[in-house]
Amino acid sequence: MALSKNQQLLSKIATNDRHGENSPYFDGWKAYDKNPYHPIDNCEGVIQMGLAENQLCFDLIQKWIRRNPKASICTAEGVHEFKNIAIFQDYNGFKEFRQAVANFMGKARGGRVTYDPNRIVMSGGATGANETVMFCLANPGDAFLVPSPCYPAFDRDCGWRTGVQLIPVNCDSSNNFLITKAALEAAYERAQQDHINVKGLIIANPSNPLGTVLDRDTLRSLVSFINEKKIHLVSDEIYAASVFSTPSFVSVSEIIEEMECDRDLIHIVYSLSKDMGLPGFRVGIVYSYNDAVVNCGRKMSSFGLVSSQTQHLLASMLSDDEFVDNFLKENSKRLAKRHSMFTKGLEKVGIACLKSSAGLFVWMDLRRLLKEQTLESEMNLWRVIINEVKLNVSPGSSFHCSEPGWFRVCFANMDDDTVEVALERIRVFVEKQQVKSKRKFQNNLNLKLSCTPRRYDESVMSPHMMSPRSPLVRART
Amino acid sequence: MTRPRPRPRTPESESETRNPTGGGATAMRLIVPLQGVVQGRGGLILGSLIPCALFYFFQLYLKRHRSPKPGSNPTSPSQSSSNLPDLQRSSSRSNLSSRGSIGPVQVSSRASSIARPNDSPYYIGLDRVSEDPYHRLDNPNGIIQLGLSENRLCFDLIEKWLSENTKDSVMGRDGGDLSISGIAPYQPSDGLVEFKVAMADFMSQVMGRAVSFDPSQMVLTAGATPALEILCFCLADPGNAFLVPTPYYPGFDRDMKWRTGVELIPVHCRSTDNFIISITALDQAFNQTRKRGIKVRGILISNPSNPVGNLLPRETLYNLLDFAREKNIHIVSDEIFAGSMYGSEEFVSMAEILDMEDIDKNRIHIVYGLSKDLALPGFRVGVIYSFNESVLVAAKKLTRFSSISAPTQRLLISMVSDTRFIQEYIETNKKRIREMHDLFVEGLKQLGIKCAQSCAGLYCWADMSGLISSYSEKGELELWDKLLNIAKINVTPGSACHCIEPGWFRCCFTTLSQEDVVIVIERIRKVAETCKILS
Repeated sequence: MALSKNQQLLSKIATNDRHGENSPYFDGWKAYDKNPYHPIDNCEGVIQMGLAENQLCFDLIQKWIRRNPKASICTAEGVHEFKNIAIFQDYNGFKEFRQAVANFMGKARGGRVTYDPNRIVMSGGATGANETVMFCLANPGDAFLVPSPCYPAFDRDCGWRTGVQLIPVNCDSSNNFLITKAALEAAYERAQQDHINVKGLIIANPSNPLGTVLDRDTLRSLVSFINEKKIHLVSDEIYAASVFSTPSFVSVSEIIEEMECDRDLIHIVYSLSKDMGLPGFRVGIVYSYNDAVVNCGRKMSSFGLVSSQTQHLLASMLSDDEFVDNFLKENSKRLAKRHSMFTKGLEKVGIACLKSSAGLFVWMDLRRLLKEQTLESEMNLWRVIINEVKLNVSPGSSFHCSEPGWFRVCFANMDDDTVEVALERIRVFVEKQQVKSKRKFQNNLNLKLSCTPRRYDESVMSPHMMSPRSPLVRART
Repeated sequence: MTRPRPRPRTPESESETRNPTGGGATAMRLIVPLQGVVQGRGGLILGSLIPCALFYFFQLYLKRHRSPKPGSNPTSPSQSSSNLPDLQRSSSRSNLSSRGSIGPVQVSSRASSIARPNDSPYYIGLDRVSEDPYHRLDNPNGIIQLGLSENRLCFDLIEKWLSENTKDSVMGRDGGDLSISGIAPYQPSDGLVEFKVAMADFMSQVMGRAVSFDPSQMVLTAGATPALEILCFCLADPGNAFLVPTPYYPGFDRDMKWRTGVELIPVHCRSTDNFIISITALDQAFNQTRKRGIKVRGILISNPSNPVGNLLPRETLYNLLDFAREKNIHIVSDEIFAGSMYGSEEFVSMAEILDMEDIDKNRIHIVYGLSKDLALPGFRVGVIYSFNESVLVAAKKLTRFSSISAPTQRLLISMVSDTRFIQEYIETNKKRIREMHDLFVEGLKQLGIKCAQSCAGLYCWADMSGLISSYSEKGELELWDKLLNIAKINVTPGSACHCIEPGWFRCCFTTLSQEDVVIVIERIRKVAETCKILS
């Protein structure tokens, strides 16, 4: 596509597609934004189930903030701290903040491992954290292996400005999407043959979109793999405290205590966006066992420092052991309840999900509803779900899943009533499908959104819409 | 009267292209005065040979005195002289240079480059102060910070506003916009619409209502630092360049160059012009850069200027616009000190110029933030204001990496929209900066140190060339060292700002109290006296 004269004034980064916002993952958000569900004002609207947000525990945080006015610099009790906080722009961050985050991270792992506050580096959300780690570890053109299906925005976060490429290592349902050392070896070899310099492996554990946790043996084999090849391991543990059943979460930090490993290769990405449900706060953390990465990352945090006001508030909140213990427990409980409600509802209509114990979503198996086991079929089904069933779910292909028919459905960003509405819509849809498949008619929908990748018309859509838009915020306006 | 000569292809210019961390700048600093001297006699040859020879010996000297460094980066001719004390470093840093290459684990080249201890006096000074900070009671012999342009003069006003408006706190009311459910979830990454509206009005207010800003042309970022970097990513590819008038803010070298791979080409300004950019110099720099095969993508200006503190006159802005149009390049105008004016001159924003002209606005971009004018650097509030739709679209996507924290946005919306309070703040701030400025500059005058003509910013640009032993960067750094270690004040030497004339220092005075100013002047006096004795 020829660049307009205006665009010619711009850089390659500004004009290429690696921001990834033309993928179906974001198309669903567009559909939601055009017609958002509201229980009273718009009960025929699209329900947002494509945004992994945890809104189940706001009340706990709200209560804590009310009880601790000193932690907010804009209250009478806290305002005397104002000038020290407002002036503070040191990229090391407040010591108390780092200590509190280290404390929280340790507790999220059941106290089985402790974290050193001096290795905590801030960044602009986990988005910024992943990018910072890549800037520190890899040069433009280098590659990272990533087990797929994986979080769609990894490509943007890890590669857009860094120039790093991601090589997916496909996993499929034959072994419950488990990553194997053999698959990694094969991918690595292939990259070597193509003269691609593999710098590391990036995993999300607990997994997005699968919601599964890696077992000890798999983790051990991953660590031994990277150790052998002398490449880095980045473990995105953003859902570490969003675990609601067994098997329980094992962090890579625990594994390296148990086995021989070059610690300079191990890095963790974390954030409070999922576990605490505070994505608006923009708290991203890089935790590295490598001094050079900590040093470099510190300086890079100038590009994404956490607001000192936020640091101050969270430093108090996360060092309140009683609050943290209760929060973690309560969060798990509520997630378990919601997960159970949702999966049981799906089971009733014969829809199975991958067995999972973590995350804010389920990996739903709709393979039997596909006409053919192809990508096109999956996309057709997805259009139907968006346009007719009016649910924004995310198709497996947007997660680079090689097996068609899987969908990620988020369940933690709505209240119970909305869950019921969603389940009801699914029930109705599945029954209709069963009737349809008996009649065997051709799907000839008037597709509003075409299948082929294309640039979305920016003059029509407000570019705002590509940011995640929380349904709760929308509902109140 | 000599015509400008094309720069000879000397080893220095070679190293300048290879080493973006400022090695070439030092070379230029040696060549220019020397060429001036030598031009009368056998000009070009002597003018190139002598600096070459000096440079070679300097490098030899450095090689002998420097511990082995890893990697193939040509050593940047460090600005540290042999007399500088061995600066203590924290242990995690001192091991890094060996870590990057000897161990089997390779980090990226960006990480390796930053692992070397930072040579710039700007950063060294900041580190030293944090190790030994002055405190009137607890540490009266500590180092007084004059190297960080922070404004501590008006916090009382903000604290008062906060105490009177606490219901606009994070958790003021039940439900409503300020409950947790309003700030916790995902927000648009380029800022809340209400905050953009508030910031647009605020910017207009601080610039004296001479121009109005459209919130839809705004992208908000976590500080002016990412704002600059994001613009750079949008406007230039790795290996491209921006022209920057010197002296310039040392942080530009990191913000604009580090991760983007873009080069900054200094365009030297002189005290005779009060450091205002000349189009001739700009043109020369543009051509020279092009000859080296590097594509110039734009000009980066700071207006009001950091570190000089003066304003670009309307005429200059028009000329810059014409130049940019002619060469088809961008202009990035960093106007972060627009509200920190204390003089009587009138600040003219790039936006105001564009308002009057009916021309192609696609190449103009303004950077702003609340770190200086509202003294809230910790809150991380930056603005990209552009007239180019495509840039706005791309920048919006890039804000995913640097968004402003939602509770901070909510807090500031009410504060920044309180136009009565902001008016009072701007006026009081102006008054207090002026008082401090006058006190400080007068104090320096008593010591025979003159400052450049300035009317904005949180600092003054002082000419201490009378105190330096040799009119060179080396002399300047020796003085800087004395000021840091004997007088125990941290000021920023002109060389850290790429200033071509030695002896200039940026002194920020808005972190001081009036008593502190007296102490600072006294400390400088002691050093000045020893310098006069020695010279």
